[in-house]
Amino acid sequence: MDVVLLALLQAAAVALGAPLVVGTLRTLKARLVGRRGPAPWQPFRDLRKLFAKTPVVSDTTSWIFRVTPYVLVGSVVVAALATPLLSSRPPLAFAGIILLMSLFLLGTFFLALAGLDAGSAFGGMGSSREVAVAALAEPTVILAVFALALRANTTNLGGIVERVAAEPQLAINPAHLLAFVAFFIVMLAETGRLPVDNPATHLELTMIHEAMILEYSGRHLALVEWASAMKLLVFLALLANLFFPWGVPADITPLAMLLGLLALGVKLVVLAGALALLETAIAKLRLFRVPELLAGSFALGVLSVSAVFLFR
Amino acid sequence: MAALVYSLTALLGVGAATAGIAGMLGARWSLHIGWIVPLDGLALEMDALAGLFVGLVGAAAVPASLYAIGYAGRERRGALAYAVFVGAMLIVPLAGNVMTFVLAWELMSLASYVLVLDGARAGREPVASAHAGWVYAVMTHAGLACLLAGMLLLTAWTGSARFADWTVAGPTLSVGVRSLVWALLMLGFAAKAGGVPLHVWLPLAHPTAPSHVSALMSGVMIKLGVYGLLRASLDWLAPVVPWWGPMLLLVGTVSAVVGVLYAIVDRDLKRLLAFSSIDNVGIVLVGTGAALTFAAAALPSLALLALAAALYHVVNHAAFKSLLFMAAGSVQHGAGTRDMNALGGLIKRQPWTAACFLVGAIAIAGLPPLNGFVSEWLTFQVLLQNVVIPQPASNLVFALAIAGLALAAGLAVACFVKAFGITFLALPRSDGAAAAHDAPAIMRVAMVATACACAALALGASWIVPVLATVGATLIPGPTPVTVGAWLTLDVSKDFAALSVPAVALALGSGVLLPLVVLMVLRVRPRARRYETWSCGRLLQTSRMEYTATAFADPFTRVFDFFYRPVTRLDIDRHPESRFFVQRIRYENPTRFIVDEWLYAPLARVLRAAARRTAIVQSGSPNLYLAYVLAALLVLLMVA
Amino acid sequence: MLRQLALALQHGIVTEPAARAEDIERLGARLADEIRTRFGRSLAIRQVDAGSCNGCELEIGGLTGPHYDLERFGVHFVASPRHADCLLVTGPVTRNMAEALRRTWNATPDPKFVIAAGDCAGDGGIFGGSYAIVGGVHEVVPVDAFIPGCPPSPGALLAGLLDALGRPR
Repeated sequence: MDVVLLALLQAAAVALGAPLVVGTLRTLKARLVGRRGPAPWQPFRDLRKLFAKTPVVSDTTSWIFRVTPYVLVGSVVVAALATPLLSSRPPLAFAGIILLMSLFLLGTFFLALAGLDAGSAFGGMGSSREVAVAALAEPTVILAVFALALRANTTNLGGIVERVAAEPQLAINPAHLLAFVAFFIVMLAETGRLPVDNPATHLELTMIHEAMILEYSGRHLALVEWASAMKLLVFLALLANLFFPWGVPADITPLAMLLGLLALGVKLVVLAGALALLETAIAKLRLFRVPELLAGSFALGVLSVSAVFLFR
Repeated sequence: MAALVYSLTALLGVGAATAGIAGMLGARWSLHIGWIVPLDGLALEMDALAGLFVGLVGAAAVPASLYAIGYAGRERRGALAYAVFVGAMLIVPLAGNVMTFVLAWELMSLASYVLVLDGARAGREPVASAHAGWVYAVMTHAGLACLLAGMLLLTAWTGSARFADWTVAGPTLSVGVRSLVWALLMLGFAAKAGGVPLHVWLPLAHPTAPSHVSALMSGVMIKLGVYGLLRASLDWLAPVVPWWGPMLLLVGTVSAVVGVLYAIVDRDLKRLLAFSSIDNVGIVLVGTGAALTFAAAALPSLALLALAAALYHVVNHAAFKSLLFMAAGSVQHGAGTRDMNALGGLIKRQPWTAACFLVGAIAIAGLPPLNGFVSEWLTFQVLLQNVVIPQPASNLVFALAIAGLALAAGLAVACFVKAFGITFLALPRSDGAAAAHDAPAIMRVAMVATACACAALALGASWIVPVLATVGATLIPGPTPVTVGAWLTLDVSKDFAALSVPAVALALGSGVLLPLVVLMVLRVRPRARRYETWSCGRLLQTSRMEYTATAFADPFTRVFDFFYRPVTRLDIDRHPESRFFVQRIRYENPTRFIVDEWLYAPLARVLRAAARRTAIVQSGSPNLYLAYVLAALLVLLMVA
Repeated sequence: MLRQLALALQHGIVTEPAARAEDIERLGARLADEIRTRFGRSLAIRQVDAGSCNGCELEIGGLTGPHYDLERFGVHFVASPRHADCLLVTGPVTRNMAEALRRTWNATPDPKFVIAAGDCAGDGGIFGGSYAIVGGVHEVVPVDAFIPGCPPSPGALLAGLLDALGRPR
C-alpha cells in the first residue's frame, strides 16, 4: 500500500515538477542576460492552452505518429517511477541504469519514427541526428554508473544511493567527480540542452530534438513537450541523487517523503542554476563536433572506472 | 508438392521441438549404428545442451516452414534442399562422434549452398547470387577444414572418435595440446557463427537466399557455431584454459560493433539484417567468453550466469531475427525490391507486415519490454560483475566489452529506426512500393506467431533463465546464480541486480494508457484535422523530399569515417559549349569493407601468387610427369 | 564566457515597461473575447514574411531582446505553424508568396488568429498597386488585427500585440 502511495506521489511530483523546472530554467536564463523573462510557471499555461487546441495531423502519417506522444509519456513516467527520487526504494525498486536508459531509448525510438513518419526532410534530419547522439551517448552513461556500481557492489539505483550515502567522503573522490562530469555531459546530450542542441532555436538546420516535433500540434505537442520536460527532471534528479545522495530517505513514511521532496527541490534548484549559467555562457557546438564532445565524456567515463580500480 | 514438403518439415519441427524440450528437462537417450559409415559409424546422443539446440531448430523451423508454404509453395525448386537443411541442422547437436557431426555439418552447408544459389537459379540476380554462393562455399569449407583438423587431432590423441570419450580424456591432455585443438575448432565454429573477421560470407549469402531460408540461417544455423564452441570449450576440452575466454570476449566485442556499424550504412534491407546478425552473434560470443573466463577463474556461479545469458540471447535472437527476415521477405514479395531507397509508405499497404516488423525491431533494438532487452540486460549484469576477478588485464578486457556492447546497443536502436522508418513510413519512393500488397494469410500467421513468441520469451524470463542455468549446469556444475522473487522478479547474484519483466510491461502499458484515459475522462480530445505535412508552404511535396536510407546514415558515416573509409567520387558532365553550364553530376560515396580490403584481398593475392608459382609443376610435358612418378616411387621405396 | 556573464549581471535587468497603443486598428472583433481567454496568458506566434523588405522583421526581432522582452507576457515565437496560435504577417503578399501564406494559415491549428504588421501588410503600403503583389494580407487570409507603421517600432508592435490579446500592461 505504501508503494502505491509512493508511486502516485512520485509520478505526481515528476509530472507537476517538470514544467516548473523548465520554466525556472527559462526565467533564470532570461535574468542572466538582463531580461525580465517569463514566470517560472509559464509552461503550465502553455500546456493548458495546447490541450485545448485542435490538432492538425498530416495525411502522410500513420498510427505511429498518433501513438508516439503516449508512448513517450508512458516510458518517461515508468522511468521516473524507477528512479530514486523521493526515496531510495522507488516504486520499481529493482531498477538499474540499464532499464532506465532502455526506457528512454524506447521513447527516442518512437519519436524518431514519428519524425520520419510525416515524410518531411526536417523530420528525417531530426530523427537521424537524434538517434546518432543517443547512440554515441550510451557507452558513457553505462560506464559512469558502472563506476558507481563498482563501489556499491550493485547495479540497483536505490542500492547505489544508499551505499554512497553511507560514505560521505566519496563526494571528493576523483572517480566520483569524474563520473559526475561525464554523466553531466551526457545529460546535456540526452535532454537536448546547449551545447549539444538549442531548445529555443528556430533554425531547422540547427535542430535535433525540435525538428522531430515540428509536425505535432495540440494535445500531442503538449504530451511530447511534457515528456521532454519530465526526462530533463529525471536526469537532473539522477545527477542529484546518485552523486550526492544525502537527503534521500530510505523508509517510506509521509514525513520522510516530504523531507525527501524538499531535499530534492534544493538540489534541483542548484543544478538548474548551474545549467542556466552554462547555457547562457557557451554557444551551441557545430553538429559534427558533438561526437567529439561525447568522445571526451566517454574518455572521462573510462578514467572514472580506472580511478575506481586505482583507489580501491 | 513443395507445399507438402514444407508442411512435413513443419511437423518435423514440432516433433523436434518437443524432443528438444524433453532433452533440456532431463531426458537422455542415445542411438548408435556402427556399420553405416566408417570411423565408429552413426552415433546420436541427447543431453541438455543438445536438447536446447534441437528444440531451438525445431521451434524455428515451424514458422519458417509455414511461411515457406506461402512464399515458395508453388515452386518446386528448393523444397527438398530445405527439408535436408532442417534435417541436417537437427542432427548436428545430437551428433555423438566425429563422423556424424562432420556429415551432418557438411549436409547442412551443402543444402544451404543450394538454397543460397536460389537467386541465380531463379534468374533474379545471377551474378550476385553466384558470387555469394562461391564465397559461402569457400568460407564454410575453410571452416570445415579447421574443424576436421581439430577433431582428427583430438581423435588421434585421445584414441577415440566418440565425444563422450573426449569428455573423459580431455583433462589428461596437456594445456598446449588442448589450446591448439581449441584454436582450430574455434576458427571453424567462429566462421560458421559469423564472428569478425570470418564473417564475410554472411552479408553476401543471407540476402540472396529466400527469406524462410535466411530466417533459418540467421536464426539457427549460425547458432550451431556457438553450440560447437560451447561443446568444445566446456565439454570436450575442459578444464578451460585462461586465454580462451578473453579471446572470445574480444572477438565478440569486435563483431558486435563492426556488425552494427555496417548494418547502419546499408540500404539493402536483408543485408542490414544479416549484418545485424553478426552484431547479435557478437553479443552471444561476449556472453560465452565471459562464461569461459569465469569458469577458468573458478567462479562457477558467475560462469553459469554468463552461460545462461548467452543461451538466452541465442534463443531470443532466433525468435526476433526470423521474424525480421520473414517480414523483410514479405516486403520484397509485395513491393518487388529490397532496396530501402525505393521503399516507403508500406505501413499503409502492408499493415500486418509492418506491425510484425515493428515488434521485431523493438525486440532487436533491446527495448523493454521485449526479449532482446532482457537478454542484453542479463549479459550486462554478468559483465558488470567482473571485478571479482582480481586481474587488471582481465578487467580491462571486460571494460572494453561493456563499452563496446553499450555502443552496439545504442547503434542498434539507430539502425532499426532506419530499417523500419525508411521502409514502412512516409510516402512510397517507387511505383513498386506504391502498389505493394500484403502477405498471404499463412505468411501472416507465421509472422504473428513468431511475434507472440518474442513477447512470451520476454514475459517468461523468470522461468526461462533458471531453466537455461540448469542446462548450463550440466556443463559447469555450480550453484544457481538466479532466483525468482516477488512479482516474478529475477534476482541475479543475490542482490547485485534484479528485473521483473511483467512489472515493467504492466507499468509501461499503464503509463501509455494513462494520459489517454485522463484526456478521455476530462473530455479534452478535440477531433484532429487532416492536412498536408508542413514543408514551409512549398507547392509540391513528393517522396523525393523525404529522407533516404543513405541520408539517415550520414551522421554515422561522418563520425566513423576512419572505419568506413569512404571514397568520394564526383563526376561532373559539363555542357560541350560552355564549362559554366552543368548537364549532369554524379556523386558516389560508398563505404568500403576494411576486413575485405585489409585481410581477404591481400590473402587472395598471396594465394594467387603462390598458385602461379606452383603451377610451374604442371608443365604439360608427359615426360616430366613420368619423371615425377619415378621420383615419387624412389622416395617411397627409400622411406618405407 | 565569464566576461559576458559579468557584463549581464552588472547591467541587471533592462526591460522597459510596455507603452500603450495609440493607433491600433482592429479589423473585426470576432475573436476578441476568445483570444483574450485562450491566449491571454500564453501565445505562440509564427512570423510569416510574405514578401516584405525585412524592415518589419528587424523591428520584430527587437521584440525578443532585453529591452522589449516579449517573453515576460507569455508570448514566444515558434518555428512551425503547427505550434502557433497566431500568424504575424508582414509584407505586401507578393504573388509568389500568396499560396505559401495560405498553406501556412491552413497548417495552423484552430483556434488561431492573424495579425498583419506594417503598412505593406495592410494594403500593400509603398508597393500598393504593383503587378507583383496581391495587395494586403486580408486578400489571402482573414486578418484579425492590424498594426500600422513603416516599419512599426518594437514598442508599437508590442503595444499592438498586447492590445490584440486584450491584456492590460
